Amino acid sequence: MRDSLTIVLSGEAGQGLATIEEFLVEAISKEYHVFTSKEVMSRVRGGNNTVEIRIAKDPVEALRYGIDYLFLLNNHSYYRLTKRVTDQTVVFTEDSFVSDEELGKVKAIRQPLNLSELAKQAGNRIFANTILFGYIAGMLDLSKDSCHELIAARFASKGEKIIAENHNAFNLGFDLGKAYVLPKKIGKPATIPVYKVMDGNTAIGIGALAGGVNFITSYPMSPGTTLLSFLAEKGKEFNVLVEQAEDEIAALNMVVGAWYAGARAIATTSGGGFALMTEAVSLAGITETPAVIHVAQRPGPATGLPTRTEQADLNLVVYAGHGEFPRIVLAPGKLEDGVHLAQRAFWLADKYQVPVFLLTDQYYLESFAQVIPFEIDDRYLESFVVKTDVDYKRYAFDPSGISPRGIPGNGVGFVKSDSDEHDEAGQITEDFDVRVAMNDKRLHKRTLLLADYVDEELIGPKDYTNLLVGWGSTYGVIKEFIETGDSKNTAFLHIRQPFPLHPKLKKYFDKSKNTIVIENNATGQFANLCKLELDVKIHSSILKYNGEPFSIEEITQRVTEAIR
Amino acid sequence: MSKFDFEHDIDIAWCPGCGNFPLRMSIIKALNELGLDPTQVVFSSGIGQAAKMPQYIDANYFNGLHGRGLSVAVAIQAANPSLTVIAEGGDGDMYGEGGNHFIQNIRRNPNITHIVHNNMIYGLTKGQASPTSPRDLVTPIQVDGVVNEPFNPMAVALSMGATFVARAFTGDSERTKEIIKAAILHKGYAIVDIFHPCVTFNKVNTFAWYKNNTYWLENDYDSSQLTNAMVKALEVQKFPLGILYDVKGKPTFDDNLNVYHEDKSPIISRKRDIANVNRLLK
Repeated sequence: MRDSLTIVLSGEAGQGLATIEEFLVEAISKEYHVFTSKEVMSRVRGGNNTVEIRIAKDPVEALRYGIDYLFLLNNHSYYRLTKRVTDQTVVFTEDSFVSDEELGKVKAIRQPLNLSELAKQAGNRIFANTILFGYIAGMLDLSKDSCHELIAARFASKGEKIIAENHNAFNLGFDLGKAYVLPKKIGKPATIPVYKVMDGNTAIGIGALAGGVNFITSYPMSPGTTLLSFLAEKGKEFNVLVEQAEDEIAALNMVVGAWYAGARAIATTSGGGFALMTEAVSLAGITETPAVIHVAQRPGPATGLPTRTEQADLNLVVYAGHGEFPRIVLAPGKLEDGVHLAQRAFWLADKYQVPVFLLTDQYYLESFAQVIPFEIDDRYLESFVVKTDVDYKRYAFDPSGISPRGIPGNGVGFVKSDSDEHDEAGQITEDFDVRVAMNDKRLHKRTLLLADYVDEELIGPKDYTNLLVGWGSTYGVIKEFIETGDSKNTAFLHIRQPFPLHPKLKKYFDKSKNTIVIENNATGQFANLCKLELDVKIHSSILKYNGEPFSIEEITQRVTEAIR
Repeated sequence: MSKFDFEHDIDIAWCPGCGNFPLRMSIIKALNELGLDPTQVVFSSGIGQAAKMPQYIDANYFNGLHGRGLSVAVAIQAANPSLTVIAEGGDGDMYGEGGNHFIQNIRRNPNITHIVHNNMIYGLTKGQASPTSPRDLVTPIQVDGVVNEPFNPMAVALSMGATFVARAFTGDSERTKEIIKAAILHKGYAIVDIFHPCVTFNKVNTFAWYKNNTYWLENDYDSSQLTNAMVKALEVQKFPLGILYDVKGKPTFDDNLNVYHEDKSPIISRKRDIANVNRLLK
């Protein structure tokens, strides 16, 4: 585990936690390494929500369970966190928010911080958040000027007066924070790159734009909605048609219709919404119409835990849709993956005329991390659409194995697509031989598309005896374990394309004496998929399905047991 | 040979005497008389005997899922507004399985034509009640007769703000063709509900029944008045035929989309500038 400070802000929905988080992560990122994650209750107001800010000298991109500095923002913000508090934890609180008796149970250290009183001093209770931002900035010895700049930028539209008031509020907190003597400190890195800070959702959104998305339609469902919001905000600037569909059934049918017409379209949803889309996935399969679907996982079944995280919809996306047809499932682990995989998803869908899934989860989408700014190129904007001639046949048997895809109005031919089994021209047929030939053509793409398999990443020693296998958002936490753990013969294989799996992956498993698959679900879906697809031996699984992501402490403990 | 028809013989899957045959000719004639280029016309249909229509018209088509033809059509039109888009299907397809899309898409006012074959019965699945089946109609499922109230697509469309609402009967091919032409020319959502008999499964709502239970709107009927139209839509003893409502000038779905406010070119023809995307990573 990397040396780090964990600051947790605990308040309620509607209190502005997300805004303080955004300020802090931006400001801290200029001077430290930082990673933030959040966990919220499924309600619009009230309840208890927390933001965790993890600060370190070296790069971090994982949740730490233990809390060093806990800021309570109301009188019901402590009770859910008692397991994470120890005698090393400092609890910043107003007198009435938590009792001495309660803190005494674990000998947590009380540090009075009366934000409402300070806000009154600053002139208005709305300044409490800015004061808190200042306090933490002071504690961490951040540059006052750069924090002021962030405030000025944020309130630019509200006028000089508001900016000045917020600067004053910030200073009030900053001086108090600076005066506070930290029992546990973390050193600043000697130098730090100029980082871009963003959450996973932004990474996916930028990637989608770089992949040429120009059409999104979806029905709101957490945590998938944030991508719809991102593209709605960017829609005008980037010419993205944004439409809220009446339901998920309409959404994916519209996405398929848009691709048929020549657009690059995506639908974003979560497991329950995706369940309604499965018929249209099958439609994309037989009509060989590309489609990109972002499935942001949260715990099920049914409504499950709406605001929490899980990786339990892998089977759903791998098997969704009646009949047999190929598909691609991509799952980002780090921020760069989010950009690159989202970008690539559109290109892959266009090239192979298959549904492509971007499989993320609440934890991935809503966590902020740092990334070294990088340039994206336009290679994934390559279009595979052909101009039609008079004899054009949408489902022609082409030597390439893929029928060239025309779009209506682009050329002199007709584009006839059918959900019934069809002949080369797209006309309905019940000819058994044609059926077999068409089915074989479609299924053969599963072999073809492996040529563009998204490479896996191996972290740790090449001559390992223990192999940890993960996919998607567990990347950061397992990576930290490998890089900081003392097990020198353990490596981590992170797989970014969970389906279909490339046969070349088998060699990693064959080399291992002890293979442990780590996933945020209860049944080991990916472990089972590896067995089925690669015929490899899995020795054990480390699973978690309470709605929380893995923390570095938990991974350390459970992996250490598993490789003992 | 006219455009939109085939040079070679085609094997049509409908029953002999089906109302779909004259309707097919009305549609082909309407498209020709409007001088449309078949490569710029797209049919979007669902599943059912009616939804097979695009198979038998030589133009672009996307024959998708039961109930979803409208969703696909609206997306095609929005992605490329230069196309003429027609969504076509039967009463079960469009009013039953696709009921929510029917309601919600009227609110969008997409610039498409919506042709619904209304024979008051399910054909492809062999004779069950459809949303528009009359009460007491006996079927293999509704063995004691239909007990649900029939769906009134005209009244629903009007109440949702549809800008063109019409009903035709295949017994009059000429007038059916003219209504289809007017619907295609209409800028905005245009629904044409088309009565026709199902010769195999509906022994109640026969050709003669439609003849006896419908009438064409008088020449002096004013289709610009919503109240007139609603009164006509609610007449279900003897169904009025013709253009019940036709109002012009309401912004369409693509008019309202911000991607088309300034730039009228189809979004599919616009290029993404990767330099602008890279700015987001700064």
